[in-house]
Amino acid sequence: MDTMRDRFAPVVSRLLDEDPRVAVVLAEIGMDGFAKARSRHPDRVVNVGIREQLLIGTAAGLALTGLRPVLHTFASFLVERPFEQVKLDLGHQDAGAVLVSAAASFDWPAGGFTHMSPGDVALLDTLDGWTVHVPGHPDEAETLLRHAVAAGDDKVYVRLSVQSNTQGLPVDGARFRTVREGHAGVVVAVGPMLDAALAATEGLDVTLLYATTVRPFDAAALRRATETAGTDVVLVEPYLAGTSTKEAADALADVPHRVLGLGVGRRELRRYGTVEEHVAAHGLDPASLRERIGAFLGARVHG
Amino acid sequence: MTITATQRYAYTDLPRLMGLMTGDEKHGPAATSTMDALWVLYDRVLRVAPDRVDDPERDRFLLSKGHGPMAYYTVLAAKGFVPESWLPGFGSYASPLGHHPDRVLVPGAEIGSGSLGHGLPIGVGTALGLRAQGLDEPRVWVLIGDAELDEGSNHEAIAFAGPAGLERLHTVVVDNSSASHARPGGIAARFEAAGWSAATVDGRDHEALYAAFTAPHPGRPRVVVAQVEPKSA
Repeated sequence: MDTMRDRFAPVVSRLLDEDPRVAVVLAEIGMDGFAKARSRHPDRVVNVGIREQLLIGTAAGLALTGLRPVLHTFASFLVERPFEQVKLDLGHQDAGAVLVSAAASFDWPAGGFTHMSPGDVALLDTLDGWTVHVPGHPDEAETLLRHAVAAGDDKVYVRLSVQSNTQGLPVDGARFRTVREGHAGVVVAVGPMLDAALAATEGLDVTLLYATTVRPFDAAALRRATETAGTDVVLVEPYLAGTSTKEAADALADVPHRVLGLGVGRRELRRYGTVEEHVAAHGLDPASLRERIGAFLGARVHG
Repeated sequence: MTITATQRYAYTDLPRLMGLMTGDEKHGPAATSTMDALWVLYDRVLRVAPDRVDDPERDRFLLSKGHGPMAYYTVLAAKGFVPESWLPGFGSYASPLGHHPDRVLVPGAEIGSGSLGHGLPIGVGTALGLRAQGLDEPRVWVLIGDAELDEGSNHEAIAFAGPAGLERLHTVVVDNSSASHARPGGIAARFEAAGWSAATVDGRDHEALYAAFTAPHPGRPRVVVAQVEPKSA
């Protein structure tokens, strides 16, 4: 199967053809995919070299002249390294952009911690006004990329990963989707965590929500789910554990509730290896998830 | 175009306007390092006006060195972008004029600044965005300080803009020798090494500034180093 990132350049190349406002800014990484688009639109496909502060600043300048910049590099170099540029050149300048990252939390474990960014969404949570899409399948990535570029002058982050579910689902760029309904708890699976969450909750009496747009957080969907499934909530996220715990707590602020945030651990593993090994090391494989979700929800979840 | 406000103030009015912010009426124009460069730009070079702040064809002036913006506000007031009546409130809660400018609050301010090293990269993007839309007339100007060049983000922009041939991009470096670690001639040399057209002039000499600001520089971005009295002097 192709990856989400395989869809990125073809989709955005078509958007460059369709919409004269769209411009792409790269910092070497990802150039190959845009070779043809660059020959058609030499002024709207810009490679600034290995300069990530300039990557964000350039996008801000493009936006201030009225264009819709789409930026791309690995998450660690797109959000973490130039974070003050993200905060000021986009946020404070009131300029919009679409930030599309690759490599996610540990897409390239053999590359080590320098190329891992489990904290990207948590960092963006310190800023105002960001939409965050976390697709779980290449088809969803394609849809969410189109939503992101079409979102006026909004600030949008699209988190692409090689981790993927086997099947894509219809996504609308805003709301959570109910995948399964039960009575003894609500599990929210984000993006590529859906397959593992489905397997982990097989036979359990829980409602399973699927989230591909996590900011703004679909608080209404979570509240609705708790009406029949109760207010014990488990979040299963492909980035830093607990990133959305506050969102769930805010959604349920006026009712007694419990929240368990599962995701990537904070501790640096100092391990290479494979994605599967890192999934297991962070307790995000179906067996580990089932054990942790079952322990949190208690005996009644087994019906 | 009828901009009555632009006729109301002369260079000799600037100390009084600045005094409205500082409460000190004895300011000479040299009280801030940037005043003369700003005045020459707004008076004779930039194609901007209060009724054109959203005109796609206007020049873009980006004040990157947002520290000590009184000279900038003074010139914006003198040229009619902001009313004189705003100046006394400088820095107060209800004032649009803070100790670092905010583009959302100040008419005519192209960027908000304060954190050093952000203007030049945004200027690169602005130049590219204008080019991509076939807006061939507008020029982009970025004012930075000599110590601001300490920030590495500037060097990402300098090293890109030269080889990219961003002819419409201009940088004014106001050099008041405030960088702790610097070598004589180092500022212009760094730009020149990246392929920029460079000139170093007396930052208090209006004719020299004007000549340096308007000299042709085909195919290359342009830097003007405007030397003024050392900050410590």
